[in-house]
Amino acid sequence: MTSSVLSAARPAQIRWHPLVLRYAPVVAIVLALIVLWYVAAALMNMRMVRDAFEREETPYTVSDLIAGTMDAERPLLPAPHQIIETFSDDVFGWPVTSPRSLIYHSWVTLSATLVGFLMGAAFGIVLAVLIVHARTLQKSLLPWIICSQMVPILAVAPIVIVVLGSIGLRGLLPKAIISAYLCFFPVTIGMVKGLNSPDPMQRDLMRTWSATPTQIFWKLRWPSAVPFLFASVKVSITISLIGAIVAELPTGAQAGIGARLLAGSYYGQTIQIWAALLAASLLAVGLIAFISLLERWIGEVMGARA
Amino acid sequence: MRPQAWQRIALLAAALGMLSATVVPLANEHAPSLLSLPAAFAATLLSASLYAATALVPLRWSIATALSGVVLGCYATLAVLHDDSVAGNAASGFWLAVTANWIAAWVAVARLAAVKPADKAAAGIVDLAIPLLFGVFVFYLWEVAVRGFGVPPVILPPPSAIGVRFFGSLWMLWQDFVQTFLLGVLSGYVIGCSAGLLVAVVAHRYTFLGRGLLPIGNFVSALPIVGIAPIMVMWFGFDWPSKAAVVVVITFFPMLVNCLAGLNAAGYIERDLMRSYAAGHGQTMRKLYMPAAMPFIFNALKINSTLAFIGAIVAEFFGTPTQGIGFRISIEAGRMALDVVWAEIALAAIAGMAFYGIVALAERATTFWHPSYRT
Repeated sequence: MTSSVLSAARPAQIRWHPLVLRYAPVVAIVLALIVLWYVAAALMNMRMVRDAFEREETPYTVSDLIAGTMDAERPLLPAPHQIIETFSDDVFGWPVTSPRSLIYHSWVTLSATLVGFLMGAAFGIVLAVLIVHARTLQKSLLPWIICSQMVPILAVAPIVIVVLGSIGLRGLLPKAIISAYLCFFPVTIGMVKGLNSPDPMQRDLMRTWSATPTQIFWKLRWPSAVPFLFASVKVSITISLIGAIVAELPTGAQAGIGARLLAGSYYGQTIQIWAALLAASLLAVGLIAFISLLERWIGEVMGARA
Repeated sequence: MRPQAWQRIALLAAALGMLSATVVPLANEHAPSLLSLPAAFAATLLSASLYAATALVPLRWSIATALSGVVLGCYATLAVLHDDSVAGNAASGFWLAVTANWIAAWVAVARLAAVKPADKAAAGIVDLAIPLLFGVFVFYLWEVAVRGFGVPPVILPPPSAIGVRFFGSLWMLWQDFVQTFLLGVLSGYVIGCSAGLLVAVVAHRYTFLGRGLLPIGNFVSALPIVGIAPIMVMWFGFDWPSKAAVVVVITFFPMLVNCLAGLNAAGYIERDLMRSYAAGHGQTMRKLYMPAAMPFIFNALKINSTLAFIGAIVAEFFGTPTQGIGFRISIEAGRMALDVVWAEIALAAIAGMAFYGIVALAERATTFWHPSYRT
């Protein structure tokens, strides 16, 4: 009897489902951020809306003001629903080939990103293979590759565009080259680490089987480098996207997410800028998700242990 | 065949190539003979004999002979380039000499890389010397290629012209440096990093917040945040505060994520120990969590030092007062004054490396106890 009373006095601990435990904080903070965003939008656009009312000398109430801040045409900070509205309008409201369609601009940037990424990743892998096999290269080139990353490389973007433009290369390729230049580094570093990751025991084992260097490379070094490759590819694909966007900035490109940002900032179209940013974020998320899927699939094919 | 033998053959070929530069024409038309330039002629002959000697002398002298040969050979080719008839239409004789220098330099660096000095100081010097020699030689090849082929300066100026421009416009560079780096990057970096640190400390105290912020921070770190630059320019105007604001946003998330990971890196045993001492949260934070997080914090500081610079330069593409590195680069690139652009890039490179170097030094001074520094 007493024991049951005691246990009733202390309420049983509610046991949440692990998914709830994991996602509840994230959802709560995202909701809080959205609320904060609305408050900030109301506060930041308030002065502008009030000035507009006073210019027209129409009487207004506080609720009019707040309603005004939520659908201003060129707000300082657009409310989230405005961004979503413009985004879906730009995405679904126009044919895909129209220069007003956000899908068209995203495709321009995405194609440069992908071409640049493939070039950069291939270059990075080749460089890593050379560095792993030649001690001279490792000692002479690797420090410079590392140093090159402390340099704000994006500063080079305009020159690359101008130089390539003056020898007749325009459009996709210069942007892809900038992307490639930005994104090869993580691949090189990751692959050097990965190709060197088999421990001496395993290398000795290969030698006792009298494996040739080529065989050691394909049967030992390469498979053990694949996880490192994917880890660095995830970093470098977002860098490559950033490279493609930034490469569109200093040249007055006509199409692409970067061009969209630039046009938005010239004409004060804040909502358009935010919609372009949303598109860029979705691209980044999609690219990373694609790489993760690829990683899982290749892992299964190669028989990786989970 | 052993690498030694290959290197001998390569060196003899280099000596032959250097010698042939005295006979094969240096330029396509009106080629001057090397004999008309006595200093270059002597240097060519001397370096050819040094290359041949390198192939024959014992290994430990060979690096010295090869390097002095390369220096003389480089001097000879650069001296020949002063002749107007060679610059712009250099012919096979000239390129034979350059290739010979290249081969000899490669062998010298390869032999230097194979040296394994016994004591640590010498090993450090060798490790520093190899990339330096490599870098200097790359600059030499750049100079020779640009001037030998006569590449127009609007495509690629030679390094000597960039150097002249750099030291000729130090005052302009200094102003750009102040505008972009001291005002924009540094203030944004300090604010962004300390804000990230503070939020991480709070999020570490309240687990619910931490669990929510960590995935969001990771997610945002992967987004192309530089895109907010036009918005910041709209909010904070053309001058440096808008650049600093971009830098704040860019540096905030890496610091938050890394610092949160670092604060969680303290082990259970250490935490239990602090509890058995009856230490309060503030004390535990000071004595345990913060020191344990230091390597992670410095990692974020290093990542941020490059991100911050990139953010500030990109923000300048969206509008600036009439100075700043990014502004100057985009203006001068439009004007085809590429030597100014390259001088600005050299400035950005030096500043970026110095910034990174200072953070790395501070890391060594602060986290000297960490296993990665103990040997």
